[in-house]
Amino acid sequence: MTGAAAENPTVPSLRARFGAAVRRSAVVVDDTIVHVEAARSHEILAWLRDDPGQRYDYLVDVTAVEYRDRELPLEVVYQLRSLPRNAFLRVKIDLPKDGPFEVDSVVDLWSGANWLEREVWDMFGVRFRGHPDLRRILMWENYSEGHPLRKDFPLRGRFSRSEQVRRALGADLDAHYSLEELSIADAYDELPADVRERLAVRRETGR
Amino acid sequence: MAERRVLELALATPGVDAAGQPTRVPLVAAAPEGAEPELQTDHMLINIGPQHPATHGVLRLVVELDGEVVVRVIPHIGYLHSGFEKLGEYRHYNQIIPLTDRTDYLSAPANNVAFALAAERLMGIEITPRCTVLRVIACELSRIISHLVWAGTTAIDIGAFTVFLWMFQERERVYNLIEEWTGARLTTTLTRVGGLMADVPDGWTGRLREWCTRFPKTLDEVDRMLLRNGIWLGRTQDVGVMTAAEAIDYSLSGPMLRASGVAFDVRKDHPYLGYETYDFEVPVGEHGDVYDRYLVRMEEMRQSVRILLQALDRLPDGPINAADPRVILPSKRRLMSDMESMIHHFKQVMEGVPAPVGEVYFPVENPKGELGTYLVSDGSAKPVRWRIRPPSFLNIAALPKMAEGHLLSDLIAINASVDIVMGEIDR
Repeated sequence: MTGAAAENPTVPSLRARFGAAVRRSAVVVDDTIVHVEAARSHEILAWLRDDPGQRYDYLVDVTAVEYRDRELPLEVVYQLRSLPRNAFLRVKIDLPKDGPFEVDSVVDLWSGANWLEREVWDMFGVRFRGHPDLRRILMWENYSEGHPLRKDFPLRGRFSRSEQVRRALGADLDAHYSLEELSIADAYDELPADVRERLAVRRETGR
Repeated sequence: MAERRVLELALATPGVDAAGQPTRVPLVAAAPEGAEPELQTDHMLINIGPQHPATHGVLRLVVELDGEVVVRVIPHIGYLHSGFEKLGEYRHYNQIIPLTDRTDYLSAPANNVAFALAAERLMGIEITPRCTVLRVIACELSRIISHLVWAGTTAIDIGAFTVFLWMFQERERVYNLIEEWTGARLTTTLTRVGGLMADVPDGWTGRLREWCTRFPKTLDEVDRMLLRNGIWLGRTQDVGVMTAAEAIDYSLSGPMLRASGVAFDVRKDHPYLGYETYDFEVPVGEHGDVYDRYLVRMEEMRQSVRILLQALDRLPDGPINAADPRVILPSKRRLMSDMESMIHHFKQVMEGVPAPVGEVYFPVENPKGELGTYLVSDGSAKPVRWRIRPPSFLNIAALPKMAEGHLLSDLIAINASVDIVMGEIDR
């Protein structure tokens, strides 16, 4: 770890403008990390993007970190880059360990955040307020084992292999389209009669 | 004139009429006098993939069509999700490197290098000059083989079969070189934290140099086929346009970002592996359409050849592994004769290499775009978090934005132009 690298000059400006909402900052392996308050994160990120002195216009990544140490909070991490200034900043939001895991979505600031936030929701169970379409992305929609990258999630999954197989086979394969997609073209009414019949039977009997 | 349009296909002829002439299947029924023809105006929902050659992997697209125009695209991913990031939390740093092969499996050596660089930055390890240059060679060869697959498959999606064969022939030659070096063709596992798994074999640099002199001729031939080809221009120009502002807004990276006119290349803007000392240009497009992405990638391959030749010229002699017994396994000979080496070997294999408490985000310019490796360590030999910032994931997320309003056939061309690899998107 090299503590010699200078702190990103954005941090003093952030402190001057947002005061106590900037919790702490550190320089770790040459990169500056700023922890900000969850309640004002959207405001701070918007300022970082739009202020003429900052212009962090490129959202590199959104992810989350949960530590093995159960005392440490779960962190939502934003990697920001300013293309015009060629500067880099990591912004973190600490979330209390016992929840609720909720932060404001930044999809309105960067469209690229859409899928990144969906992945954080899918993998860590962090809800993004104001996200236009917060669905699971890597796991399937009716996945019921929780959020795989949480530390309390066992490496092999919560269910035994046979239970996983049972659930996978028991899943309604005809209902592979989401309801939203079905509504697009009223596809349900267009389905062949035998498929509709099968769906109806399944809905009633559950198999 | 309510003249009937008929399908002029003998195969579709169901029989002969009373006059002995073949009856023909009407394509469009004649409109009754005075009445509007009854046309279907409903939107159609079609499902492309996950098993479809034009989706370049197990990508599923649910497309809403108005006639032949794409109204909405909903991509579904995750069919290849393997939980690499979760697995990485249970493995030593060197044990993660085989997983990186399987993310972007079309440019495995570059992923190996990306991970090793991040782990070395975290642990504060300096690599040797020979290792640095060999890693540059690995990265640029990866860029070329990845772009070759891109050019071949995109051309075949748009209907040009020849390019596919030419490109894959060249790719095969590079794979032969990589096989000589690492013993594997696809999953190379080339790097180790602090060095490489092997030095290049005798005579290898000469064979690479020979290939470098011959390969640009293939690129020129492909350009002769496509650059001014009317069909190619019609299928690619002004298709799937992303402006510079949109490309930044959607966090596109790599050739996708540069084709939109944003001159950002990690090799130039955050140099690693001494890229600042090489003489090469970064091609930048103007229009951000499929055609500009083709131009950018073709030029990148030529620039990669330039870098390869410079790297071959400067390749120094010396060790490939850092002289750091904490991370580099001792030679077999020392292991069997020296107690201290044996202890180092035992500790590395059994306990792994502990990284200091801290975290690092290390971006590299991969063929698909900016591959970031985000490692968080709590001081143990296994990372707390290994995050891959996958370039294809963010690039394909912009597909609805690019494709909506275009024809269905353009959707295929746009999807091809993104250059996705599902191993990396789903991880």
